[in-house]
Amino acid sequence: MPLDLMQTLEAFNLVHFWALVLAFAILIYGLLDGFDLGVGILFGFNADPVQRDQMMQTIEPVWDGNETWLVVVGTVLFAAFPAAYAIFLSAFYLPVVILLGALILRGVSMEFRGRSGRLRGLWSGCFSGGSLVATFVQGTAIGALVEGIDISNGEYAGGAWDWLSPFALLGGFGLVAGYALLGAGWLVLKTRGGVREWSYRWLPRLMVLTVACVLASFIWTLMGSMNISHRWADSPVWVMVPLVLVVLGAGGIALSVRQRRDRLAYPMAALIFIAAFCAFIFSFWPWILPGDLRFDQAAAPPASLQFLFYGAGLVVLPVVLIYTVGVYWIFRGKSRPIDP
Amino acid sequence: MELDPLILSRIQFAFTMTFHIIFPSFTIGLAAWLATLEGLSLATSRPIYRELFDFWLRIFVIAFVMGVVSGIVMAFQFGTNWSALSARTGPIQGPLLAYESFTAFLLEATFFGVMVFGRQRVSRGVYFFSCLMVAIGTTVSSFWILANNTWMQVPVGYAMQGNQFVPTDWGAIFSSEVLWVRFPHMILAAYLTTAFCVAATGAWYTLRHRHAEGARVMLRMGLGLAAVLIPLQLVIGHLNGEYVEAHQPSKFTAIEGRWQTEQPARLLLLAWPDEAAERNAFEIGVPVMGSFFDSLTFDSREPGIVTVPVNERPPFLVPFYGFRIMVGMGLVMLFVSWSGVWLTRRARMDKGRAPPRWFLWATAISFPSGFIAIVAGWFTAEIGRQPWVVFGALRTADAVTPSLTTSAALTSLLVYVTLYSLIFPAGTYYIWRALRAGPGAEKTTSNQGDRGLIVEPARV
Repeated sequence: MPLDLMQTLEAFNLVHFWALVLAFAILIYGLLDGFDLGVGILFGFNADPVQRDQMMQTIEPVWDGNETWLVVVGTVLFAAFPAAYAIFLSAFYLPVVILLGALILRGVSMEFRGRSGRLRGLWSGCFSGGSLVATFVQGTAIGALVEGIDISNGEYAGGAWDWLSPFALLGGFGLVAGYALLGAGWLVLKTRGGVREWSYRWLPRLMVLTVACVLASFIWTLMGSMNISHRWADSPVWVMVPLVLVVLGAGGIALSVRQRRDRLAYPMAALIFIAAFCAFIFSFWPWILPGDLRFDQAAAPPASLQFLFYGAGLVVLPVVLIYTVGVYWIFRGKSRPIDP
Repeated sequence: MELDPLILSRIQFAFTMTFHIIFPSFTIGLAAWLATLEGLSLATSRPIYRELFDFWLRIFVIAFVMGVVSGIVMAFQFGTNWSALSARTGPIQGPLLAYESFTAFLLEATFFGVMVFGRQRVSRGVYFFSCLMVAIGTTVSSFWILANNTWMQVPVGYAMQGNQFVPTDWGAIFSSEVLWVRFPHMILAAYLTTAFCVAATGAWYTLRHRHAEGARVMLRMGLGLAAVLIPLQLVIGHLNGEYVEAHQPSKFTAIEGRWQTEQPARLLLLAWPDEAAERNAFEIGVPVMGSFFDSLTFDSREPGIVTVPVNERPPFLVPFYGFRIMVGMGLVMLFVSWSGVWLTRRARMDKGRAPPRWFLWATAISFPSGFIAIVAGWFTAEIGRQPWVVFGALRTADAVTPSLTTSAALTSLLVYVTLYSLIFPAGTYYIWRALRAGPGAEKTTSNQGDRGLIVEPARV
């Protein structure tokens, strides 16, 4: 009997552990690939060829590693919560295809762009367009997830276009603004001269736009009939924490812009992102698919979670974090304009 | 053939997989080749190794990025198109793929940045270390993929809980003898693919009288490696045949193309099936050799396709011809590499004269032999497994996403076909252009010249 209890306890804790790792991987993905997708979005708004090259240069060494966190998110979901993985990906069939298509185009065009003569414009367009579309689709998927998806008998029961709703579109716009904000914060950190000034001009607009989208979606969920609204109504204290963090982040960005403090903007943009993400987690826990499936219901059996935990969780994940920080450290500091 | 979500998903998987596998099978070997060159450069300080490194790095970058982006598609396709499979086998397949992303993807993608952009920012030791990490990452990645695929071919170490496959013995999954012949088979195939690309490039330059020193190194190292690996690969390939014979009689008899049980069995070289009559409408075979290759005897009794229930038989043509194409490519590689080693040795002893032109041509045009062998081999393995997705345990028809509509599946297939037919020619063209420019053609346009990112220390 006590052995059974221990096993149950262990299984329960492993579910929590992998839920945490999943949340952590999503956050890391957002903060890292967020800035390079954001730089890609901003790239489309900058016509100066030299500045464009400089923008590209700031993300070239790291984008591949950043994007890999998306695969980590996908495979952790598959491994630890296979039921949710199956439903989520079948519900978001078309958005996932669009997302992957956009990421493919964007990834290769970064590489092709520098090698081509006449087609340089095409690859530049693919790069910024791909970044924009990938971001927008991620945002709409989050919005659609908040609204809840149609499930019966443990399978997705909705249509191919259910994910496209007004609220989901708001999510799309919000994430475009948010990633672009992270991107602008990254650019002032990594560049000098013209690009830096250009990015400083974008920072306040993007900050206002991001905060507006976060607040709008927040109010929408509060007023709407979505199944998470009561949570916020029940515990107003918890509403305040993310709100305070958002305000703090916005203030920090304003300060960074006013005093031209290059190293403040990105962390403050990240703070806004983290606050919104925490609000998201608080709205959902313990649901992995809101209202339909809880983390413990979706979890893989203990034999799978244990196998993952003792290798990937306990050993590999810390090593990954160490070398990721190491590589960012290698590329620290500002990139210099190519043709000074 | 009517288009339904099942057949569309199968076409899509085959299409995206074929596209994807071309790049990893090149980059696994290329990463190892680059690490070798960097190691040689460190050890000997000969400038030629550094020059070759910089040259092949430019090609590696394109192939690697194409492999990365097309690989992401594979990671999500299990859920989008095969959600019934992933919900049911997720407890086993999920952890295997998660281990791949934790131990391999992150490693190779992160150090790839250092390898391509970090030359000026790190010491030579750290740079070499980064090259090794990328090489190890690509190899480890293929291990997890083969572990996952092997479990689908010969499922072990599981029990059914409801309709879910639950792992009961991870040790059995990893110590499966099938895995330990398939993983080396794939790694050797990747190394052979790269060895032939490198040797073919050397042969091409020699024919054109360009980059003489680099061409000699490439020809010698590529052919030398291939000559050592190809006999090994033929032995391991034979062991692969033995696992198929032992565990997958349906695939095995289809590969053999033998409808009726024979004693002694023939070895069929060409065949066209008449499935209704359960015989070949046309065939060319060698007496007794079938028994010899299957059992190493001259009189063994070998089973035919008819021993497999009709609804468990794979399609005939792809496993049958896929296998013969793969083996044929192996024989081409054997001939070219062994004659090459002999001819280049003789040519070198003859006062540095180049090997004969016919041989250089043969080497140059055999550059795709590895790619063809790998794709043909994968088709044999995967289509030979049909109609099962998890052999003997779950049918492909029961694995497809239940909510998937024909129009959605068609849309996604068209998206991938359109995208890949844009980027594949482009990528191939840029690789070809880098090959044509050759070693030493550095410092090209803007930021693509010497790609070490120039970065100043942070201002405090």
